[in-house]
Amino acid sequence: MVGPILEVTGLGKRFGGFVALQNINVSVAPGERLGLIGPNGSGKSTLVNCLSGALHHDSGGIVFNGRRIDGMPAYQRTRLGLARSFQLPKPFRSLNLLDNLRIPLLYTVNARHGAHLSGAEIDERCRALLADVGLIDKARRLPRDLTQVEMRKLELARAVASAPRLLFADEAMAGLSPSEVEEILVVLFRLNEQGITIVLIEHIMRAVMSFSTRLVVLVAGQKIADGAPQEAIRNPEVERAYLGE
Amino acid sequence: MMSTVKFWIASFVVSIAFLVLTRWLITNEYYFFAGYQVLQFIVLATAWNILGGYTGYTNFGTGAFFAVGAYSAVVLHKLTSLPVPVMMLVGGIMSGIIGFGMGYLTLRLKGVFFAIATLALAIVAQTLIVNWDYVGGSRGIYVIRPQHAPISGSYIQYLYSLMLALTWVSVAVARTIERSTLGLGFNAIRDDELAAEAGGVPTLRLKLIATTLSGALMGMSGAPLPYYVTYLDPASSFNLSYAVNSVAMPMIGGMTSWIGPIVGAVLLGTIQQLATVTISSALNLLIVGVLLILFVVIAPNGVVGLMQSRWRARIR
Amino acid sequence: MFSLDLAVNAIVAGLLLGGFYAAVTIGVTISFGMLDIVNIAHPAFIMLGSFVAYIVNSNFGLDPILIGVVMAPLFFLVGMGVYQVYYYAFERRGEESIQGLAFFFGLLFVGEVALILVFGVDYRFVEAPYIGPSLHFGFVDLPLRMLIPFLASLLMLAVLQVFLGRTFIGRAILAVSQDRLALQLMAANPSRVKQIAFGISIATASVAGALLIIIQPVEPSIGRDYIGRIFAICVLGGMTSFPGMLAGALLIGIVESITATFYGPSWAPAVAFGFLLLTLAWRPAGILGR
Repeated sequence: MVGPILEVTGLGKRFGGFVALQNINVSVAPGERLGLIGPNGSGKSTLVNCLSGALHHDSGGIVFNGRRIDGMPAYQRTRLGLARSFQLPKPFRSLNLLDNLRIPLLYTVNARHGAHLSGAEIDERCRALLADVGLIDKARRLPRDLTQVEMRKLELARAVASAPRLLFADEAMAGLSPSEVEEILVVLFRLNEQGITIVLIEHIMRAVMSFSTRLVVLVAGQKIADGAPQEAIRNPEVERAYLGE
Repeated sequence: MMSTVKFWIASFVVSIAFLVLTRWLITNEYYFFAGYQVLQFIVLATAWNILGGYTGYTNFGTGAFFAVGAYSAVVLHKLTSLPVPVMMLVGGIMSGIIGFGMGYLTLRLKGVFFAIATLALAIVAQTLIVNWDYVGGSRGIYVIRPQHAPISGSYIQYLYSLMLALTWVSVAVARTIERSTLGLGFNAIRDDELAAEAGGVPTLRLKLIATTLSGALMGMSGAPLPYYVTYLDPASSFNLSYAVNSVAMPMIGGMTSWIGPIVGAVLLGTIQQLATVTISSALNLLIVGVLLILFVVIAPNGVVGLMQSRWRARIR
Repeated sequence: MFSLDLAVNAIVAGLLLGGFYAAVTIGVTISFGMLDIVNIAHPAFIMLGSFVAYIVNSNFGLDPILIGVVMAPLFFLVGMGVYQVYYYAFERRGEESIQGLAFFFGLLFVGEVALILVFGVDYRFVEAPYIGPSLHFGFVDLPLRMLIPFLASLLMLAVLQVFLGRTFIGRAILAVSQDRLALQLMAANPSRVKQIAFGISIATASVAGALLIIIQPVEPSIGRDYIGRIFAICVLGGMTSFPGMLAGALLIGIVESITATFYGPSWAPAVAFGFLLLTLAWRPAGILGR
């Protein structure tokens, strides 16, 4: 595939008088592992929300796979192949794990042109996805029976169930122990090997540095660095943002 | 786990059997009067539950959808002579349109605002009818019940049969939705709308379907009302008791399955019939309100929910 | 037929009415706007306030507004109690939406039915020396029974505004409305603060109810007309701002009054709903809560 999978130009978002994002320009190459970092409140989640369609951006343009997706509702963006997981896991609490995955399969994969998976095929895929993240034993359980790290995995599995080309993993590791972080990283590496472009939004520097092929740094709603991870963090502005303030 | 088609057939058979038995064995006209009421409540509760229990959007304006169905029938009755089932269809369409319109205006907002808007909708619809002299305005209108029913038996028995048919359709529709992809989508919206949208569920479209369908069924249940009561006025047809009952019955019965509204409707409907006859009708409304509050606070999953937890506990 | 003095009088009456509507809405601005509790039963508490004023006034002859103020602490306690139940049943479990709404709806309904059972459906009114006379300025009439509640309402708003801005508890309430997490970090218990705030919101219903029965005779089902009005004004005013709410209240009061004067009073309830829909359609950013 030629050209970037995602092209963001001049993106801006304000909440009343507060400017959350200002003139964001980012390009994501297909197959990349992009790390998105920045201090709390720098606008990372707002950016993900604007790109995934959960929020309307005020200015600028978003082109995904060569298509302008400004104004497109979130469900359509998911169907085009742009998926996101949520920072605080949002499972469907009254549905068991299999049904949690069935939703994106029925409503995204099956909704695409030419696709028509039968009930049995969908079931199989759900099981495969759960097995991939090590949750197959709890397939018929409800989300409330899951541990923290298992919830995170379910969250990722659900995003992956929609067979995306690009996945925003929004703070999928926050609050986890080092070995749990490692588990999630393994999943993400594997997804990337399967061809999914991944944007990792994260605070845990060790994970970001080991995972990313490129780093974008947001501070106070603006992009202040964009490049190879080692160089980006040595940028004086980035240092100031993390240590100075 | 019965397949959908089998359920439609099985419930049809049950309904026909029920109808034949009751009309054969029961001679007391009062049974059919009261039965009509209870069946009507089953329909209202089931219809409400499609939007409320399955999708998670609370509708306080049942009175509006119900009364629109009733007044559509009045208008048709004045204009021409149509069989009641046709009036029910028209009533359903009118209420469905209103459900769609209201949904379109308010469903993009948080569920709370939708609920408030439905409450205000009921008042506005009532205001419009009160100011419309063609259907009697605030004075109300008298409707003459036809002498003969299209089938054997009294006219009330005919209306009772129609309402039974509508009950069958509503319950079967509710169960069909429950087991379908649509129902799963509704469920996802109820559990977490943002996550549902991110999962590819076209939330606005599904919510509109739920609102329209729910409103249409309510409208259909209201259409025979003019012939049932023979005197129709806004105060009684828009009565808040319809709203409270259609909220209380699914909540008390249980909101997650098609059985809940039936349990709730039969329970509350019977209590109210008894109370009206023995005590007073205002007191019986008080009972409904108090029961609603109690159940909502203590047993939010309703009777069906209580049964399910006891059943689950026994398995462990 | 359009006549200038009719129009001006309608506007003036609308302003006075709007001021009163602010008193009616202030409680919901606190409970819904600031605390995110959808208390649709607020009209029921107002009606209770009206009937309490009626009983005390008809038995002891006390001034209704005085009754409203004296009864406010009682209503405050009732409000705290209601919040306690709400908190125990819903907020604590995190299931705030559908069941919480049903809870308040049940309260609204039970309140109306209970009042009907006790008082019947007849209209009740109070006696006070300012019900009847009017001030006249040229062709403009200022009925005292509307002017006094208007002034009382503004006074109540001012008192609450000062309370929220200057006292510790008041500012704690404002903090809760903005950031629950921050308050927890400050080691103040948000649910305690919310309980007090909710109590205050119900206390305002005591006064608002007294003002209502001064303006017009009252019967139990009138509360329903106010649901649309209250939420329309609250939303129109931007949910949390008092001045915004006052402006919204005055606007709706004026439009209702003009509608009633030129098109008939039976259309008035529809006005508020029209406004509600317009507001909801126009201010999606503030209301989507995203």
